[in-house]
This record gives sequence, structure tokens and C-alpha cells, in this order.
Amino acid sequence: MLTPEQVESKLDRILLKVQKPGRYVGGELNSIRKDWDKAQTRVAFVFPDIYDIGVSNVGLKILYDQVNQREDALAERAYAPWLDMEELMREHGIPLYTLESKHPLACFDLIGFTLPYETLYTNTLNILNLSGIPVRSTERDESHPIIIAGGHSTTNPEPMHAFIDAFAIGEGEEVIHDIIDAIQAFKEKRKDERSDLFPLSSFDARIALLRSLAAISGVYVPRFYETTYMDDGTVAYTEPIIPDMPKTVNKRIVAKLPPPPTKFIVPNIEVVHNRVSVEIMRGCTRGCRFCQAGMITRPVRERSVQEVVDAADAAVRASGFEELALMSLSSSDYTYINDLVDAISKRFEGRKLTVSLPSLRIESVSVDLMEKLKQHRSGGFTLAPEAASERMRRIINKFISDEDIINTTREIYSRGWTTVKLYFMIGHPSETLEDVQAIVDLCRRVIEEGRKVAGWKVKLHAGVSTFVPKPQTPFQWVACDTKDSVLEKQALLKRQLLKDKSIKLSWTKPEDTLLEAWLSRGDRRMSEVIYSAWKNGAKFDAWDEGKKQEAWLPAFEEHGLDPAFYTHRQRRTDEVFPWEHITAAVRKNFLFQDFRMSLEGQIRVDCRLNCFACGILPTFANLRRENPGEGWKCPDVKTPARKIDIELPVVGD
Amino acid sequence: MRVRITFSKQGALRYTGHLDLHRLWERAMRRAALPITYSQGFHPQPKISLAAALPLGFASRGEMLDVRLNEEIPVENISNRLKDNLPADIQIIHVESVDERAPALQTQVLSATYEVHLTEPIDGAELTRKVEALMMSESVIRERRGKSYDLRPLIEMLSVVTEANGNVWLRMTLAARDGATGRPEEVLNALDIAPEYTRVERTRLVFQK
Repeated sequence: MLTPEQVESKLDRILLKVQKPGRYVGGELNSIRKDWDKAQTRVAFVFPDIYDIGVSNVGLKILYDQVNQREDALAERAYAPWLDMEELMREHGIPLYTLESKHPLACFDLIGFTLPYETLYTNTLNILNLSGIPVRSTERDESHPIIIAGGHSTTNPEPMHAFIDAFAIGEGEEVIHDIIDAIQAFKEKRKDERSDLFPLSSFDARIALLRSLAAISGVYVPRFYETTYMDDGTVAYTEPIIPDMPKTVNKRIVAKLPPPPTKFIVPNIEVVHNRVSVEIMRGCTRGCRFCQAGMITRPVRERSVQEVVDAADAAVRASGFEELALMSLSSSDYTYINDLVDAISKRFEGRKLTVSLPSLRIESVSVDLMEKLKQHRSGGFTLAPEAASERMRRIINKFISDEDIINTTREIYSRGWTTVKLYFMIGHPSETLEDVQAIVDLCRRVIEEGRKVAGWKVKLHAGVSTFVPKPQTPFQWVACDTKDSVLEKQALLKRQLLKDKSIKLSWTKPEDTLLEAWLSRGDRRMSEVIYSAWKNGAKFDAWDEGKKQEAWLPAFEEHGLDPAFYTHRQRRTDEVFPWEHITAAVRKNFLFQDFRMSLEGQIRVDCRLNCFACGILPTFANLRRENPGEGWKCPDVKTPARKIDIELPVVGD
Repeated sequence: MRVRITFSKQGALRYTGHLDLHRLWERAMRRAALPITYSQGFHPQPKISLAAALPLGFASRGEMLDVRLNEEIPVENISNRLKDNLPADIQIIHVESVDERAPALQTQVLSATYEVHLTEPIDGAELTRKVEALMMSESVIRERRGKSYDLRPLIEMLSVVTEANGNVWLRMTLAARDGATGRPEEVLNALDIAPEYTRVERTRLVFQK
């Protein structure tokens, strides 16, 4: 294996031949370089997309800090090299290495991939291969690093089951320590001549270590499970094949959010997000039925205003960044949002800082909040109605009236913003062309009303993406809209909106949507499709430069699978899902009931006010008891946990 | 006040370009809480100017910039505050206060001196012959971005240094005036040395007196 010095000298010969060589050299302020020889466990965290996107990922930043705070471990980073760099690395025999010490990835004890979205899967295989590590989990022995993965898309880990040794389901702050501890304990024991681990072969030792990881709550080791299929190709069941494995792997959560990171890595080149991000709240109580994040990150836990402001201040000082993002799934729902905005504008007055507050509710109060932050109005004001007809907004459980949208956008224009961005989705269940026409009508009304208060300069940007049904949501049963239908809907939008000079329209390519849809609800057989697609040249699936249909469709064919089975099939009500043995603690029958309500256009209100018994409280009853009070936003439920299952308050219309 | 900073740029920072370096200094000064003066207008720009762009991949131990601050601050204080707020591959060499009315730094650069170390063994005698031949030429016509130009008048000095241990490297001073900038890799190409087998370091910028 190459030494870091050898890697560096080889790099010097190729770096000037690639675009943006600064992606591949590290040396950033706030990156952490620890003594390699003093660390007992060495961890490499990988964001499997390019540096420009990955370096600002907050999830990996949290884990990087967690591990580097340990005396006995170190964490370094790696990202996917862009196509030009990969080609040169392969030509010159340079394996993927970490930016901090330039050690090849294969030298590490543990490699952690974050998989926030499905289009990173082929890159993950490519990175393993570029690192000289066998791509398949079963081909790796004790000499190879343990490969773990986490992130939202691993809520259904099955499509990647053949390549990842262990998945960390749910939140990573605590489980990463458990995993490192288990690896250390195993290695100690393996060295001890008296232990039963001592005589094991390299392959058996690997299995023994994976068994000890599987004993950790929230860790799923797919090779210890097997899926049986029905004749129609759906899953019959997935079961453990060795003793002592949990039948269902429950996600991990932290009862209280730990202090947010404040030493953000400051890239030495331009990247996508140059900003400090402070998570003000985790989880969401809104219950939008299409939203996977809202379902799988429950319960809502908030940080105090003081903690957010102090962390933001420390992070801005330590980074010099010009932008601060206050992150959450729904800013308006943060209990002390007014106090927070006041405190932030006071603390940062005159410091040339742009503050972003994403996901604001569609109401005039949101305009007040943004006004208080005294932001440049050139950036536009973003709102996400997601659907344009009231019927459709009932179906997706994001209920806002047309009047609220018109009043809010009018208010935005009248207070000096010239651009409003509205995010919509097409392809919602039971959507018709009338619902799509409603997007056109709503956009036109917004512009007309805007002109009344602010004249002809008003602009609207409609971002229309296509809905992909996600696992662990009330829409996990529904069929994905077909390509022809999506094209027809997009044609309608383009025909009517593109001629208006005040309106800008953007949309997602149907091919990209399909790819995401195949992967998100795939079963174990998808592993082989991913492998073949990667062999056919698929990588960077989220990029226009990546090979799409020409790599993927032959891969499906090679394994006798029909892509439409995964995308365009309405699931049976009693269907066993490929991810049935993995749970985000929101029960399947809660999701199903919510799905049924959507069919009847019934909405379910914010669950801060009224517990609908999604399953979080009984699953995490002990954590909740240990952390009573303010931070955790589930309402107090008096009935004993078991009884909650029976009473399901329903709010209809 | 107007402050002039001399600094080095090494290691990973060799791959940070001119615009990104500008941004890097702005952030470093924000971290150090130095009161930078910003331009007026809708998009205020920090008043930081770098003397001369350093080509990507080159190290330097003699870069310079001027920055305007809203307050008078002792130069030692500026230096100390910045030191802890820069990435490891940028080191401050010197900080001084300069006359506010002095001409802009970029307009004063005349030439730049470089050291070129070779990462592959080379025949020293052969190299010396090539250098002499190059320096003896009246003109060296080269093409860059589709335009041909004469490299020779841009080379003010070029010499081969042979160390006691037999190590051979090059030292050169190239013009760095507006519209007349000699590039070390062009000189290397003229000497049949592939730039990827070299390590170039800018050692000094020469200014008008």
C-alpha cells in the first residue's frame, strides 16, 4: 500500500491537469490532523459526491467532531473525485486517500459513508473500488476496513445490503462511539491467546466482529438476514439467519441534541455552501405525507435560543463565513422563533452576515421574521406550497388555503422583495391535469396580485419537482407517476408558464426521477442491479454527466427485473416491504391509517398539540422519562403507552 | 490605515487560486476581527488587493497584499491576531503600515524571482548548455492561448545552481508588469523540462522604487 508521502508525490504530478485541484489537497482551517500512530482506531468519513458539495455536510461534520474528541481515535475525510481526477488516479495507480493525512482509505479501521440520497449508491461502489477495497461485503476479510453507512436513504438499506457491512439506522452521535468501542474491544480480545477469537481465520474473525456490531442498538448487519420472496416477486419476509439478531432493527436517537459543531471546515476554494449551519431543531410535527425527513426524524427536539445564538456566534468567529443558516425542517414551528430572530439580529448587527431561515410557513408572520433579519431582498423569498389545489394539499397533508398563499406573497412583494420562489411537486397520488393546471393558475394569480402592490417588476420562480414515494412514509404504498404522464404535466406547465416573462419555471428530468424511484423502494435484488449498472459505467447519478438509462436499463434486464415493478406498482395493503425489518419508530399501521386518510382528503393537524400515537413515545419511553421538560416537543400523553395504539384521534373536515 | 502584509503560500495552498486567495484573506481578517474597510454600494467589497497573481501549483515565500482598515492598530497586534486565524500553509512574514496615498500595489510590481527544483534527475551540464543557448537567443517565439509572443525579453535572469552534493536547480527572474508577464512554466518548456516534474517557488516580488 502507498505511504502518504508516495501519494503526495504522485499527486503533485497530476493535480495541475485537473479542474479545481484544491478539491484534492485538504489543508483547510479547522480540519483536524491527529497523530496517526497514537490513534487506536482510525475512521475515514466519506461523502460520496464531489468535495464542493460534501465539505459543507453537517451530518458528517458532527461525526468528525465526535470521533476527533476521543483520545483513542482519529477521523479524516474523503470525497468522490470528479471524473477527470478519477481517470488520472487510476492511470497513475493512486488509491482514494483522506485529505488530512493522505493515507489510502484501505489503511483505516472504519469507513463511514453518508448516504443522504439514493443517487450516491453507484459512487459508493466506485469509491470502494478506487480504494482497492472489495466492493462486496462478503469478499472482505479482516485486513479490510469495516464499511458502515447511515443517512436518510438508509431508512431502506436493502438495495445497498451487498456492499455495506453495517448500517447505522437513525441518528449517529452516540452509535458511532458504540461502534468504535466494539471494534476496539474486539481487537483486544483477538490478540489474546486465551480468547476464543484468537484461533479464528481472517474471514471468520470478520464475521465475529460484525456479530458484535450487530449487538449494538440501531446497527443493522444485512448479511445476518435473509429475504424470502413470494411468487409475484414481492417480499414474503426478511428474517435473521443466526441466533440473537433482532427481528426488527429500531433507529437510534439522541434524547437531547448535543452541542452543535462550531468549528466548520473553511475550504480554500469556492464550494456550494460557504456557510455556518446551526441546527435549531430536529424532527417535524407537521406530518406532510410525502416527506420522508418529517416521518423518520421524529420526535421534535429543540435547542434553546441561547445555545443556538452562542453556537452561531462561535462558529461565525471561527470560520469567517458570510452566511449563517438556521437549519430545521420547519423554522416557523420552532417554539421561540421570534425570540431567536430577535436575538440573532441583535447579536450580528453590523457584521455583514446573511442569515437564512429555510422552510417558513406560508403566513405573513414569516415575512415579519425575514424582515427582522434585515436581509438583502435580491435573493428572493422562498415558500413551498408543494401543491396548488386545495384538494391536493389535503391529500398530502400540507393544508394551506389559496388565500393564505396570495396574502403572503402579496405581502412579500409589497415589502420590497421582487422575486418569490414557490416550490411545487407534480406526480402526487391521484393527481389530475386539473391539479397541474392549478399550479399555472396560482402562479398567475400570485403575479397579478403582486403587480397590484409592487408594479411590473415582480417576478416568480416556480420550481416544480416530481414526487418520488419514499419508504417509511404514508405514501410508501403508492405508485410513482409514469414517465409519459410526467412529461404531459410538464408540457402543460411549460406551454403556459414559459411564455410569461415574469415567471421562471424549473423542473426535474423524468429520467432522474425514475432512477431515484427505483432505488428508494428497492429490495435486496436491487444490489445486483446497482452492481451491474456501476459496471456499465453508472456513477454521479445525480449529475447530468453521469450515464443514466444506458447503464441502468441493461442492468435490470441482466437480472431479469422490471423497473416498473419498483416504480409504477401500487403496493398491496398487506404487502410486506423490503424495509419491513427496519423501523424509524413510526409504526406501519399509523402510516397506513394516514395513507387511508389521504385517500379521503382528511388532514391531520400538527401533532405538537395532539398526539396521534405514531409510535415514537412508546418506543423511546425511557429516553423521554430521562429527559423530561422543554426540549422534546411531543405532548405529554396520560394514557399508558400500550393504550395509545387503540385511540387514534382523527381530524377530518 | 493601509497595511502591507508579506506572506508565504505553501503546501495545499498552492492549489488555491487568486480569487479564492482573496476570499481566504477576507475571511481570515473577519476571524481576526480586523475592521476591514469595504467599498460603498450595493455589493460592498473588502479593500484588499493582492500584488500579483501566483499561478496555480506554485509555492511562494514572498507574496504581498495591501488592506485598508477603519482603525489604526499597531502592526504587531495585526500580525498576532492574524497568525492564529490562517490555514497552516499560509505564514505571515512581515506586516507594515504604508502611506495611504502610495500608488496601488499591483501597479508597482516589475518582476518576480522564482526557484525551480527538479523532482527527476537531470544532466546538469546539458541543462547549463540549454540555459546558455536560451539566454544567448535574440528572441524565443512561443505560443500561448493561440497568440504568439516573444518570451526572451521577459526573462531578466536565468541561471543554473549546482549544489556541493551535485543537486541542480534553476533560479530565474521574469518580468511581471501589466501586459508583460513571464511565466516560469513557459521557460521550463523552452528548456524541454516538463513542468509536472518540478517544484516552483516564487521567492520575491520586485517593485518600482
